[in-house]
Amino acid sequence: MSAQKNLAEKHCAISGLGQSDVGRRLGRDPLELTLDACYAAIADAGLTPADINGLATYPGGMAVPKGFTGAGAYEVLDAMRLEVDWYDSGVETSGQLGSVMKACMAVAAGMADHVLCFRSVWEGSAQGSGGRSSLGPGGGGGGRGGRGGKIYAGDFQQWMLPFGSAGAPIWVALFAQAHMDRYGTTPEQLAQIALNGRRNAEVNPKAIYRDPMSLEDYFNSRMITTPLRLFDCDVPCDGATAFVVSRRELAEDLAKPPVYIEAMGSAIHDRPSWDQLRDITRTVGTDAAAQMWGRTSLTPADVDMAQIYDGFSYLTMLWLEALQLCEVGGSGPFVEGGTRIARDGALPLNTAGGQLSGGRLHGYGFLHEACVQLRGEGAERQVPNKPEVAAVAAGGGNTCGCFLVTSVG
Amino acid sequence: MTEQSTTIVVLPELTDRNRHFWQGGENGQLVFMRCQDCGYYLHPPVPICPKDQSKNLAPEAVSGRANLASYSVNHHQWIPGFELPYVVALVEIVEQAGLRLTTNLVNCPLEDIRIGMPVRVVFRHLEDPGGDVWLPLFEPEGDGQ
Repeated sequence: MSAQKNLAEKHCAISGLGQSDVGRRLGRDPLELTLDACYAAIADAGLTPADINGLATYPGGMAVPKGFTGAGAYEVLDAMRLEVDWYDSGVETSGQLGSVMKACMAVAAGMADHVLCFRSVWEGSAQGSGGRSSLGPGGGGGGRGGRGGKIYAGDFQQWMLPFGSAGAPIWVALFAQAHMDRYGTTPEQLAQIALNGRRNAEVNPKAIYRDPMSLEDYFNSRMITTPLRLFDCDVPCDGATAFVVSRRELAEDLAKPPVYIEAMGSAIHDRPSWDQLRDITRTVGTDAAAQMWGRTSLTPADVDMAQIYDGFSYLTMLWLEALQLCEVGGSGPFVEGGTRIARDGALPLNTAGGQLSGGRLHGYGFLHEACVQLRGEGAERQVPNKPEVAAVAAGGGNTCGCFLVTSVG
Repeated sequence: MTEQSTTIVVLPELTDRNRHFWQGGENGQLVFMRCQDCGYYLHPPVPICPKDQSKNLAPEAVSGRANLASYSVNHHQWIPGFELPYVVALVEIVEQAGLRLTTNLVNCPLEDIRIGMPVRVVFRHLEDPGGDVWLPLFEPEGDGQ
């Protein structure tokens, strides 16, 4: 095991949480939402902007896809007049929470004491009344427009777009169909991810979709690309989430009880690809999760709740298996009926509604909700019996990352 | 559907690194870059073989036979002009384990689709002033073929 290693995350704790208003289409300046979250996180920790000497964000400034990022690192550094000793942003990292991992490493390396981390989106407003962006989800189209109704697809999109494989819903659907075929996972089982998210969103005032949803409602939602229906796809929104990652001994003297980072995982040993993978039924987080468990003496049996990426419902199923919270291939029976993953079940899952019903805050929402629950601040949606250990995972495909966070040091 | 009148054709942007793949269909051939020293097919193509670091690479045709690794029947109009529904497929080329293409399954009734079924390449020719391309699509490998 790794007990003798100098593990970066053991030197850190999450000392502050902040989140802006969240809505389907707020029509607000995305920089304002970003700053709302950042200032809130700093105040929550009992710090001031002058205390912040590090900054990390995902993905940083990007013009396309529109709405994918509400502010870059430089914009926020300047708008807040921060004076930092270390900063970083980037989209090619271990999922959205890769930015938080880098913050931990910066603190452990002595580059900063209090790192502000943020993720900001305004995809709801950016898409206007139209549908989800079709070309270039989560990383740009990689092509150029042409004349006469032609598009020229470059880079990795050349292998996808000419065949109408126009985005992550289809790529994930291919994984899902292969998994269903191999393990017998049923549409009724898959539906539980969406239904569970909606039940939790009903008691989250910030969630986007709060009306009750039945299994029948789920099956009445239109098929996007088999086996994924509309309610298997997350909902674009506007909103920003921020954390302060602090040096552990400093965090223990701040305003709120620290959330400790027990372990993190960033590994990718398979190809960073959507079709050239070793096993298309194990496409999400397997290596990152194995690495995470290798950095702690805790085991999957110690996990009290899970906050797991649900950009598409099937990603949550695959993450449950990768995190070893159920058997490989066993995610369908594990979630069947929904009682085990309910707030009062053995493994409460996505207690803020996830991205399916809560809104696509893109990775950061899961870590935020884990911290809220570990602090006991979940109000109407608080998980009973004082949860102490949460598994958090963000990202789809195998470019992703995970955390184990705890309320006890 | 919507009242869209536009149709968008999506072509790969041809480069020196990918031309062999997208134009192999002119001769009815599915062509991958292959390491001439260790025999590994490189896809997507890169300039150096990751298995033995060889730069001795050349395009080579494979049989065009594959197995259906997965599929999705798409009902959403992502790109104007694509006729719905269409089947996006993941096929594994028989010459090398894990060598896959994202493609379309064609000439196959939806109710006959089975993961694992043998398929073979057919090409769709797209004309373009910058260089014609041939998209490799796949259809069921018929009886006795």
